[in-house]
Amino acid sequence: MQIKSPEFKENARIALQDVGLQKALGNLKAGFPVKRAAAVERMPEFEDLRDQARDLKNHILENLDIYLEQFESKVVENGGHVHWARTSEDACKTILDICQQVGAKTVTKGKSMVSEEVNLNEYLEKNGIEPVETDLGEYILQLREDHPSHIIAPAIHLNLEDVSEAFHKHHHRPKSDDPAVLMQEAREMLRKKFVAADVGITGANFCVAETGSTIIVTNEGNGDLTQTLPKTHIVITSIEKVVPTLEDMTLFQRLLARSATGQEFTVYNTLSTGPRREGDQDGPENFHVVLVDNGRSEMVGTELQDMLRCIRCSACMNHCPVYGAVGGHSYGWVYPGPMGSVLTPQMIGIENAGLLPNASTFCGKCESVCPVRIPLPKLMRHWRENEFEKHLSPKAVRYGISGWGFFAKRPALYRWVSRSSAWFMKKMAGKKGRINKLPLAGGWTDWRDMPAPEGQTFMDQWKQGKR
Amino acid sequence: MSKAEILGNIRRGLGRGEPNATQRAAAESRLAAKDNNLIPKRALLPQAEQVQLFKDMAIEAAAEIIELASIAEVPMAASEWLHKANIQELITASSPELKALDWSALGDIQLSERVGQVGDMASITSSFAGIAETGTLMLHSSSDSPTTLNFLPDVHMVVLHASTIVGPYEDAWKQLRTAHNGVMPRTVNMITGPSRSADIEQKLQMGAHGPRTLVILLIND
Repeated sequence: MQIKSPEFKENARIALQDVGLQKALGNLKAGFPVKRAAAVERMPEFEDLRDQARDLKNHILENLDIYLEQFESKVVENGGHVHWARTSEDACKTILDICQQVGAKTVTKGKSMVSEEVNLNEYLEKNGIEPVETDLGEYILQLREDHPSHIIAPAIHLNLEDVSEAFHKHHHRPKSDDPAVLMQEAREMLRKKFVAADVGITGANFCVAETGSTIIVTNEGNGDLTQTLPKTHIVITSIEKVVPTLEDMTLFQRLLARSATGQEFTVYNTLSTGPRREGDQDGPENFHVVLVDNGRSEMVGTELQDMLRCIRCSACMNHCPVYGAVGGHSYGWVYPGPMGSVLTPQMIGIENAGLLPNASTFCGKCESVCPVRIPLPKLMRHWRENEFEKHLSPKAVRYGISGWGFFAKRPALYRWVSRSSAWFMKKMAGKKGRINKLPLAGGWTDWRDMPAPEGQTFMDQWKQGKR
Repeated sequence: MSKAEILGNIRRGLGRGEPNATQRAAAESRLAAKDNNLIPKRALLPQAEQVQLFKDMAIEAAAEIIELASIAEVPMAASEWLHKANIQELITASSPELKALDWSALGDIQLSERVGQVGDMASITSSFAGIAETGTLMLHSSSDSPTTLNFLPDVHMVVLHASTIVGPYEDAWKQLRTAHNGVMPRTVNMITGPSRSADIEQKLQMGAHGPRTLVILLIND
């Protein structure tokens, strides 16, 4: 996927004026947050589960090497293979090799954000293998040569008309605007692909060290057909997904669906442990797990380690006012919203993704809904500091902050300046108490009035005993 | 080579080299203990109430439940349901309890014992357990239970014994370990209602790629 994060501002400007996108984003805001709140209401232990999940993830990260090696040995014990991939290139090459060894022409794919991250589809196509996305949202996007704009609802940016048009064009059937008919069409089209595929590729929500199992969580059942019908099943996942035991996995299962879609439980939670056993009548004959690093191992032991707790539920973006206004594509790469603003700079470089951690008001909603309590605003602030230290932030920002710093280090001067500005701004505002034009603040006053200060600073009021 | 680099990075980040015996012991004891984390109160009710909770949650997840007094009633119940839906065939798993049944009640409905195929209308399988807290069925693969029967047909019928309903997921894991001497079956399917998708405009549609209908034949034994 082409990196468009450096153009965030332009992307956002276009997104705000895109009538179709704004309509689609309305569906998101009216859906997920309300459903999550209802699910949390029904689970009195939810906050305690979040605490335990945070602590357990921290324990896992402190022992990550041990659990990963244990997971590997259990996969091998059950007849599977584990491949370690340091980079996207390593991951793609490993998967291509496996596909070529079994003479694969087509592969079906369950939904996997890690496969988006490593740009797997493009790599396979370039090497003569046809990847077929089978999740309904991903399938729609593939037909439109589009990319996901959300980590669990990939086609959230599209409206019914868009899907209807794409299906009409590719399925050569009468155009329908009934979602039920459209889904039936996709079901029929993909049945043939499921059966014809030589390899099935899925992601994994968790990898269980105790048993060497991987688990996928889906509502459609496409992931299950993807991994059950072809002769070879490849799981592409990342190193932080490992959990110690089945009981530990269950702690996260209780949080995942409720935080994501507000469901009590996702329809299909499916564990895979090695290839087909002796006597089994179906299931894959080969089982491979590709563990992708891609910069994650370098986050261990740094301030960013907290981000490795992420279970990819999407609650942060579902509740983010910035994501809700500009949509996922504005972020310009695979992971959007608050979690993306922390992860993307690590994966594609702060020099490319510097605008993302700045696109936040630090309202804190993301942190307040995160099931593993990742301090997302703090981590975005980490990237802002990093950007400033590397002299990457724009001149206006640098001069502005240096200027503010000059006054802030001189308290008497600072108080005098803020006192005079408060007085001056009150005068400017006149009787209506609002300022409609302010030098250097056109970004605000071009669109709305600035409320005027009360005329006195907080410190002055404090001294007078008013606060 | 990738493996060494990745593990090396992690260890450097953790400020240590290869884990020593004490560090290993902490992780290994967790793996051995398999302790429960917090289990919600709703999953800790007495068994009779768990059965009711299972029914309520499964229905909420859009599963259909048919209650039967004994497993011998399964063929008749299946026959009635399939006739009403105008379905002419039923594919069955090879589990001993299903094989032992007298299927003559099916009448003109054709019964086959095989894996699932594209175009199959209905299947019937056994189950390992029911989990009350979310109305979830637990099935697993074996030589007599092909996984394709759980996903390809339009209608999936599942025989569930009320005596196998547990409160929390944790109890099902423990039973699974006991039943298989700690070796996981190739696949374990936790199924909560029929297949669905909300990928078009966030509007829920039933029957995406898996079964459109999930019928639970609950044996009150």
